[in-house]
Amino acid sequence: MRTISPAASAELVPDGAVVMIGGFMGVGSPHRTIAALVARQARDLTVIANDTARPGVGIGKLIGAGCVARAIVSHIGTNPETQKLMLEGKLAVELVPQGTLAERVRAGGAGLGGVLTATGLGTLAAEGRQVVQVGGRDFLVEPALRADIALIAARSADYAGNLVYSLTARNFNPLMAMAAETVIAEANEIVPLGVLPPDAVHTPGILIDQLLERPRVA
Amino acid sequence: MAAEIKGWDRNRMAARAAQELQDGWYVNLGIGIPTLVANYIPEGVHVTLQSENGMLGIGPFPYEGEEDPDLINAGKQTVTELPQTAYFDSAESFAMIRGGKIAMAILGAMEVAENGDLANWMIPGKLVKGMGGAMDLVAGVGRVVVVMDHTSKHGESKVLKSCTLPLTGQAVVNRIITNLGVLDVVPGGLKIVELADGVSEDELRAATEATILG
Repeated sequence: MRTISPAASAELVPDGAVVMIGGFMGVGSPHRTIAALVARQARDLTVIANDTARPGVGIGKLIGAGCVARAIVSHIGTNPETQKLMLEGKLAVELVPQGTLAERVRAGGAGLGGVLTATGLGTLAAEGRQVVQVGGRDFLVEPALRADIALIAARSADYAGNLVYSLTARNFNPLMAMAAETVIAEANEIVPLGVLPPDAVHTPGILIDQLLERPRVA
Repeated sequence: MAAEIKGWDRNRMAARAAQELQDGWYVNLGIGIPTLVANYIPEGVHVTLQSENGMLGIGPFPYEGEEDPDLINAGKQTVTELPQTAYFDSAESFAMIRGGKIAMAILGAMEVAENGDLANWMIPGKLVKGMGGAMDLVAGVGRVVVVMDHTSKHGESKVLKSCTLPLTGQAVVNRIITNLGVLDVVPGGLKIVELADGVSEDELRAATEATILG
């Protein structure tokens, strides 16, 4: 697998695209690709992610730079810019319970139409959702999510695109790697084939379409 | 006025909540006062803390200079790992939450109602935090304990007959620990379990809008 520059990766994300972005409060987010999207002045993106981090951090950079028109996330409480833009009507925010978001992404990547969950019953999260009974219990029908592009981050990659994540930086990354037409991965290091123990690989290379070149010293 | 400073402070509330922990349990602690509960785990009680961003076995906060930016709790504080720690992705994390593997969640709240309804994620028109993992936690864990101040900054009860704010879950709270005492959600209303230091039953009742039985 050849590698591409951050700028080239940003060119693969057209304005208006639906983009999944890994990370939890910026930890495990693809920071170099995000910076390149800000530099390219991407517009009208729909971002599917856990949260919008904080202003100036991770996905917060995309929010602050006006790249995002719509966000499907579980939490915006740590980013006042997201809240302000939402209240001003400049950013559409769809809030989804975190576990439901994870399962909707997983379902999208696994070729499923969606999942049934009791999470959110009797709350605003149930608005517009079909309720079905299975085994005498109520469940919400939560449709699968897919994206045009997934931007993910790992600790290590090899040149087959196999990925290993670090500690709590894993979060949504392996799920999103399954659920998009084009998957762009960036890693802190790229190692030769054979270095990553095969039974330690978290995300197999079949899922990765583009691999960012190794980080350069600025 | 000194007379208004009654009951437990944040740390005493956390210490009281820590008494809820049982040996061998897997537990999820929410952000804020619930996070402080980890400082008061009773001697001889071994619990494993789950962090919904993908970790079982949260260790103490790191020493300065030893932080790993990839190792955080759900409140984005850097933490450390323990010898038994395991990491996993967000789907697996919430599978264990919804799947009933976590014995208890200790969460903060904006409002709790006498039927166990919980509101803790938004104030329409003012503040929208998002539910994060809270809706999944209350839907899936064995027991939900809320730790919060009994009244708002304006002195209004946060323990209500019914919640005014959008719900996180319906009839999900088992026990409420506030600066004034401990209340259980039981059929027909709330039951006083314990009064905080220096708080009388009359004072607790007066500060509570919800029905207190007995």
